[in-house]
Amino acid sequence: MAEELKVPTMAELFAAGKSPEVLFWVGCAGSFDDRAKKITKAFVQLLTKANVSFAVLGTEESCTGDPAKRAGNEFLFQMQAMTNIEVMNAYEIKKIVTACPHCFNTIKNEYPGLGGKFEVVHHTQFLKQLFEEGRISLEGGKFKGKRITYHDPCYLGRANNIFEAPRELIRKLDAELVEMKSCKQRGLCCGAGGAQMFKEPEEGVKDVNIERTEQAMEVEPEIIAAACPFCNTMMTDGVKNKEKEDSVAVMDIAELIASAENL
Amino acid sequence: MMEYLPNIIFAFVLVVGIGYFARNMNRLRRNIKLGKDVDVSDNTGARWKNMARIALGQTKMVVRPIAGILHVIVYVGFIVINIEVLEIIIDGLLGTHRIFGSLGVLYDVLIASFEVLALLVIISVSAFWVRRNIIRLKRFIKPEMKGWPKQDGNMILYIELVLMILFLTMNAADYQLQQLDAAHYTKAGAFPISQIIAPIFEGLSISSLIVVERIAWWLHIVGILFFLNYLYYSKHLHILLAFPNTYYGKVKPQGQFKNLDAVTEEVKLMLDPSADPFAAPAEDAAEPEKFGASDVTDLNWVQLLNAYTCTECGRCTDECPANQTGKKLSPRKIMMDTRDRLEEVGKNLEANKGKFVDDNNQLLDNYITREELWACTTCNACVQACPVSIDPLSIIMDMRQYLVMEQSAAPTDLNNMMGNVENNGAPWPFNQMDRLNWANEK
Repeated sequence: MAEELKVPTMAELFAAGKSPEVLFWVGCAGSFDDRAKKITKAFVQLLTKANVSFAVLGTEESCTGDPAKRAGNEFLFQMQAMTNIEVMNAYEIKKIVTACPHCFNTIKNEYPGLGGKFEVVHHTQFLKQLFEEGRISLEGGKFKGKRITYHDPCYLGRANNIFEAPRELIRKLDAELVEMKSCKQRGLCCGAGGAQMFKEPEEGVKDVNIERTEQAMEVEPEIIAAACPFCNTMMTDGVKNKEKEDSVAVMDIAELIASAENL
Repeated sequence: MMEYLPNIIFAFVLVVGIGYFARNMNRLRRNIKLGKDVDVSDNTGARWKNMARIALGQTKMVVRPIAGILHVIVYVGFIVINIEVLEIIIDGLLGTHRIFGSLGVLYDVLIASFEVLALLVIISVSAFWVRRNIIRLKRFIKPEMKGWPKQDGNMILYIELVLMILFLTMNAADYQLQQLDAAHYTKAGAFPISQIIAPIFEGLSISSLIVVERIAWWLHIVGILFFLNYLYYSKHLHILLAFPNTYYGKVKPQGQFKNLDAVTEEVKLMLDPSADPFAAPAEDAAEPEKFGASDVTDLNWVQLLNAYTCTECGRCTDECPANQTGKKLSPRKIMMDTRDRLEEVGKNLEANKGKFVDDNNQLLDNYITREELWACTTCNACVQACPVSIDPLSIIMDMRQYLVMEQSAAPTDLNNMMGNVENNGAPWPFNQMDRLNWANEK
């Protein structure tokens, strides 16, 4: 990494009487998970490169409550939601971008009913928009002709009908986008949603992420592109399980673009 | 008097058939209304559109083209042949024969198209039977498809097959009678398919032909009335309920789960610094609501309607990642269990003069196990796959809420995760104060 990351917090900007264009909601995975932190950094680099004025909540951010809600703990979810909403409303936040489809879905769809009305975009949508506005562009063909398959995160795709933005970004890489047999509306879960990330799976013949990785391997990709930190972990584990980590990389779309830009 | 006997018998059969059907529809209505109320008065435009697109237009059926096209044929056949049924009813009541015959060429076209459809339905139904019994598609032989569900699936196909054969036999005999200028058998209609069968009856006398024609006619209409009454006991109820079910289906993004209002009130109180945590509840305070669902009466009526609408096609289960990887969860079973339990509750009410008597049974544990509930990844694949807008996920979620909020019975790992969220603001045991550390890490 060439430069130090500059990551302003809402508190700093607020103290200086400034408000950013967009709040970058990092999420728990993006903050704490070693693999996901790389995605977070790649996205920050892209924001910086595109001169987007952004800020994070930093220590004022807390879990959106998604895993609690989907585990059935509506109490805990609403406690988290209302606390987060209070913080964001205090900063008069209007627009949020996040690299986590779970945070995205929860803030976009479930927070409004609890008093948190924000414009929420997923980082793939945001990046697509930055391209359209000419704020970032891609040169050089680092990924030219590479076979990339894209795994639709349930909470981005089926849950919110966002199928095209991530695919469009992959096409911008000049890569060969190959689809798995289950994709888009019929995409197969990575196995992590609904709080499954945090528990052992029920007994079966195999784990969901293995099944999904097998589907990915069928199309012989060089890269499995993900757009969710949880999917990323699950697919990475799957690739390791198949002992293919030397030939198949699992990368977030933000990482692909940052890498193509040599950031 | 004797000459009106057939008309009287016909009217009697019709009234009994429709009357029993009406009685069952009332039962159905009563059972569905055992569910909690839910406001579905929003988005009427989108709802009508969903009904037109999904139920009427069969858009989700054709996602799987083979079953989809076969189904569209049977569906169109069913709808169009109803015009014929209307004629049969009028003829039966009035003692007329082919009363619409005066429509001339239009009638010829109608009868001819019914015949072609009848043949196509026979072919489709046979293909369906082969898929179920010879090819044995995976989704038709899952554990929940043993016994009655399997029989029911085949039964429907047999009835449809027999009804179509009777229809064509009736027409074939009629065609012969028309050729022989039999009295009462007006020359009307075109018979492209039954003409092919007609030679079987070559050489039969007029009176024998009339016997054949009348037997086929009577069995056909009685069969239809039987089928109508079979619906309530069958997965085939979808032919009626698919329409309201798609209308009342979810119109919000699939990822949006409802926020429980009762919880919102309590959380607001908890977060309100000026609220007195030791205050006694107000005298007139309602009894605290039960969180989540452990039995069918805790579900809302749309979820119960969902259960009756399910035709056990298993597309949900086929797409379910948990089921695909050999776990016990099957979204179809969730719906079948809900219906079975609801039927049980309904019968309990009937046996006890409208009052439910505790039967030491409930949906949770007695029908749906915790293992099934915890295997769900909430991915919405089942919801997406359902051709008639059923939402098995909503039932799974309501039952998880019961397990967690009423029974504190989450798996240990999830309890740890929830403890972390509560104490650290993250599902992992990291300090919230370290949340920005990544920015300074190389």
